[in-house]
Amino acid sequence: MKILVCVKQVPDTNEVKIDPVKGTLIRDGVPSILNPDDANALEEALKIKDERPGTTVSVITMGPPQADDMLRECLAMGADEAYLLSDRAFGGADTCATSTTIAAGIDKIGDYDIIFAGRQAIDGDTAQVGPQVAWRLGIPVVTYVQDVKLCEEEVIVQRQMENGYEILEVQMPCLLTAVKELNEPRYMSIGGIMDAYAKKVTVWNHEDVGLDPKDCGLNASPTQVFRSFTPAPKGKGEMLDGTVTEMTEQLTEKLKEKHYL
Amino acid sequence: MYFTKQHELVRKLAREFAEKELTNEILDEVEESGTFPEEILYKMGKAGFFGIKTPKEYGGSGGDARCYVLVMEEMARVSGVASIYVSSPNSLSGGPLLLSGTEEQKRKYLPSLISGKKKLCFALTEPGAGSDAGGMQSTAVKDGDFYILNGRKTFITMAPLADYAVVYAKTDMTKGTKGISAFIVDMKNTPGISCGKPEHKMGVIGCATSDIIMDNARIPAENLLGEEGMGFINAMKTLDTGRMGVAAQSIGVAQGALDEAIKYAKERKQFGRRIGDFQAIAFMIADMATKLEAAKQLVYKTAYLMDTHQSASMEASMAKYYASEVCNEIASKSLQIHGGYGFIKDYKIERMYRDCRVFTIYEGTSQIQQLVISGKLLKK
Repeated sequence: MKILVCVKQVPDTNEVKIDPVKGTLIRDGVPSILNPDDANALEEALKIKDERPGTTVSVITMGPPQADDMLRECLAMGADEAYLLSDRAFGGADTCATSTTIAAGIDKIGDYDIIFAGRQAIDGDTAQVGPQVAWRLGIPVVTYVQDVKLCEEEVIVQRQMENGYEILEVQMPCLLTAVKELNEPRYMSIGGIMDAYAKKVTVWNHEDVGLDPKDCGLNASPTQVFRSFTPAPKGKGEMLDGTVTEMTEQLTEKLKEKHYL
Repeated sequence: MYFTKQHELVRKLAREFAEKELTNEILDEVEESGTFPEEILYKMGKAGFFGIKTPKEYGGSGGDARCYVLVMEEMARVSGVASIYVSSPNSLSGGPLLLSGTEEQKRKYLPSLISGKKKLCFALTEPGAGSDAGGMQSTAVKDGDFYILNGRKTFITMAPLADYAVVYAKTDMTKGTKGISAFIVDMKNTPGISCGKPEHKMGVIGCATSDIIMDNARIPAENLLGEEGMGFINAMKTLDTGRMGVAAQSIGVAQGALDEAIKYAKERKQFGRRIGDFQAIAFMIADMATKLEAAKQLVYKTAYLMDTHQSASMEASMAKYYASEVCNEIASKSLQIHGGYGFIKDYKIERMYRDCRVFTIYEGTSQIQQLVISGKLLKK
């Protein structure tokens, strides 16, 4: 069985502070980590590998050269191969351009039975790349996966909802995005760390994956982040009282005062 | 300077493990019960903590001395006793086997030590032979295909928990240290081998320490470790590496104590300001941090020299001596900074202070280290 896992190196947002003047994240000196949901995605792949000898697990990421550190961590946890899509042309990508690049990388890898990805990254928080990649590859996607059962021809998954879960049967190849309830990611091991640096990380640029610079990175990003900020805390609200009719009248008056109506 | 990215990843693993698994509740429970949870030992085994430097052919991780030092430091920073469970198979238990074991002995004992399935203790010290290890009175008399062991060992770390022991005893009472041989003893299945009551220690509670009593215990001759008369050298060479482990423990506990002091100095207010804003406290912290950094550099350099196959014996002694002494100083100052709260068991520093007291004593006292260092510098 061949399993791919999409992973991302992100700043540890537990450690990050917000610049009080600009309102943006201060990324300098913040440690980089493997995105937590991606660790769950990788763990699920490794669990399948434990149960089915002969399975290979490959991790793929789009990032700057220092994403190599995160890939080594994945290899130390037990992944067999790592791919790094790295190129100046990929820089400044929004989720749309990111998914174009990752899909191109996956196309180059060739065949796979399951792709795991994390639900969302802790820096972007969009949860878009997983489903976008699946769409580009033309394979079914299930998001918010909290349980996976592998059968002969298909996978049976639980999809987390607000008040419970759905059970879905999905054909392979498919893409599944993992939530933290899916599993408990394993630690690396010392032996795994020793091996990780002996394994090869394959680095591909835009030419290697057959992409034109105009189709990736900032050039191909329909959305751009203008500003990130923590909204200023609002004051305490005003509680209305009286009957429902009375409260509705009061509310309507207030909305008219503020020109919302 | 001394570490590669690979080593930094090892540090990350050890730190995450220690912070996640060794919670306050678990460490309090260890202190109360005097036992360490098997589930955590199992996870440590899986993470490869018990065979860090051991070659892969024996089930080890194939790492180096620097990896060992980093795991010890990060574990000790959170729990002194947890770091003892790491050090035992890596130095005092695994060491004698790797140094002098036959291929058969290595393959028989090492894999289960490294997986954590079995424990082995190092039995050198006797009631009358501590620093003067050569003055031991335990005897091993050859009798056909066996050796008969008689005597008593004391202060043996993990003896009540151990499946095996490496016991040093005299096969020739006339030859002083050259008459000492080493034996692998089955602790659980050998008639005549028993343990004394576990000691009530000041610190590192959770890893039982006791005497080992040998009363006409018959040990198969094939359990002789190395050659007759070579036991003392085996013990001394093992302690050389063991030394570096204690030095690493010391910088770990010291870092933990310093972290607590800084945290407290920032939070505690007196006279309308943080106590860290008073020079008396601030300068204490500066001194503590500087000494800790010096100790770390000694320890890291020792590991680096070992990894690059250079002589490291004097450096190991210096590292153990300095790091253990400075750790006690730092823990003491940290407790002082905590004021009355430092004296209360609810605060982490209280345990750290007690735990590190033995670091200047075991695996060669500070005075023995001074002897080793001066001996090398002043030899005729």
